Amino acid sequence: MYRIGAKPYPTKIMHDKLYELILRGERLDGRGPYQYRPLEIKTSIIEKTDGSAMVNLGGTKIIAGVKTALGQPYPDTPDQGNIVVNAELLPLASSFFEPGPPDEKAIELARVVDRCIRESKMLELDKLVYIPGRSVLVVYIDVYVLDYDGNYFDPSVLASVAALATSKIPLYEVKDGEVIMNPEIRSSLPIRRFPVSVTIGLLGDKILVDPTSLEESAIDTSIVLGWSDDDEMAAIQKNLQGLIQFGVMDEIINVSKEKAGELRTRLMEAVGRVGGTP
Amino acid sequence: MEKTEQRLITEDGRRIDGRALDEMRPVRIEAGVLDRSDGSAYIEMGKTKIYAAVYGPKEAHPRHLAQPHKAILNCRYHMASFSVEGRKAPGMTRREIELSKVIREALESVVILEEFPRSAIDIFIEVIQADAGTRTAGLTAASLALADAGIPMLDLCAGIAVGKVEGKIVLDPSEEEDKKGEADMPVAMTPRLGSIVLLQLNGRLTSAEFREALNLAKKGIEVLYELQKKALSKKFESATPLGEE
Repeated sequence: MYRIGAKPYPTKIMHDKLYELILRGERLDGRGPYQYRPLEIKTSIIEKTDGSAMVNLGGTKIIAGVKTALGQPYPDTPDQGNIVVNAELLPLASSFFEPGPPDEKAIELARVVDRCIRESKMLELDKLVYIPGRSVLVVYIDVYVLDYDGNYFDPSVLASVAALATSKIPLYEVKDGEVIMNPEIRSSLPIRRFPVSVTIGLLGDKILVDPTSLEESAIDTSIVLGWSDDDEMAAIQKNLQGLIQFGVMDEIINVSKEKAGELRTRLMEAVGRVGGTP
Repeated sequence: MEKTEQRLITEDGRRIDGRALDEMRPVRIEAGVLDRSDGSAYIEMGKTKIYAAVYGPKEAHPRHLAQPHKAILNCRYHMASFSVEGRKAPGMTRREIELSKVIREALESVVILEEFPRSAIDIFIEVIQADAGTRTAGLTAASLALADAGIPMLDLCAGIAVGKVEGKIVLDPSEEEDKKGEADMPVAMTPRLGSIVLLQLNGRLTSAEFREALNLAKKGIEVLYELQKKALSKKFESATPLGEE
């Protein structure tokens, strides 16, 4: 009998141990299956950005910085500002990461963060147009993983959204067909929603949220769900090899929805938008 | 103000190309279409046209990538420069790198890699014309090419995209529906095991819509799975034992 995704013995021992624990609703670090690690969100930590945030989720530490600049719109969206997301898995964050241009994991991370922000319609991009077809605001979001203990997706989305929500961009005015920047007058980006993502690991038909790197090395597979609102998803990414039993999807959706609500509350507190609409 | 554009779905629930909401485009699947490779396949879904080829198992290069307990799977999903409107630069884009990763991970879930320690299996997917649904069609073809190469797998896997267009969940969106629609969700499954091997979502869906979309994808995948099996038996029907040709 073949076990697909059969792992080297140390990993298999860890897998079986984690499974044995999760059957009792337990995990190695004492958390419950649906429990996140301690979360801390700090904003405005890099003065030279338009907005920045640092997020600590257990032993994973992420910084996101936002810079804005004037640029040309894409030909197919002449009346919208642009979002450009880049992510770096820095070699100082883990012995698994190597220096060099972004590899497939870094590209995937950037694209999942991009999807959470873009597809949730978080930013009102049509308000970032100065001369349609010619001059729009380009919002650069750069995500740096500084310390890695599993699950870089959720803190990266939190840091990016917190950085955007606290960004102050200069005023741009159109005079005689030219766009002129006034750095003295700064205002917030037009924000509609606060997307968050929830990463779920699977051990057979059992699920656990926010896996550590030790758990990531032994779980069967994992999936990231981006929630744009209370009952609205904006992005999904199954991001490891392995099978997800069809019947488990319902639980994945229900749990991730509930967790997304909790994360969003924490995010809103951190960016000073408690209880109110953006 | 609503733009008065042509509607994508008519009053009687037909789509712009005349399909019903749960109807996929005409599909053609063939196995064994390229002679040099160890296994190959071709798929057409509407105007989407894709070749897939498999080389291996063979020696893993560079050597340090070899795994002592299993084969490594390499996957390259690539779009030809003429496959899209305008011309695409021929190199690998960030999108292609991401899709290569998710397709590889989907296939790693079914290929019995433990059969071939220290070796490598290369999968090449070349999209020669793109009209939406290329990652799932590419995966469907790649899975068939692996089977054609005689590489042991738990099951074939097949994929299809589901979209949300003007509030309706539709199977196998065309490029126009994909561009103007509210959501695009590629799904791939191994029907025999009843498991999901690839799942992505771009765009907004409620949890109820997600469930509807996933069930619709499952139906489409079961149809593709039958077509894959037919394509395989068709190829081997004409095969003769060695020395008797």
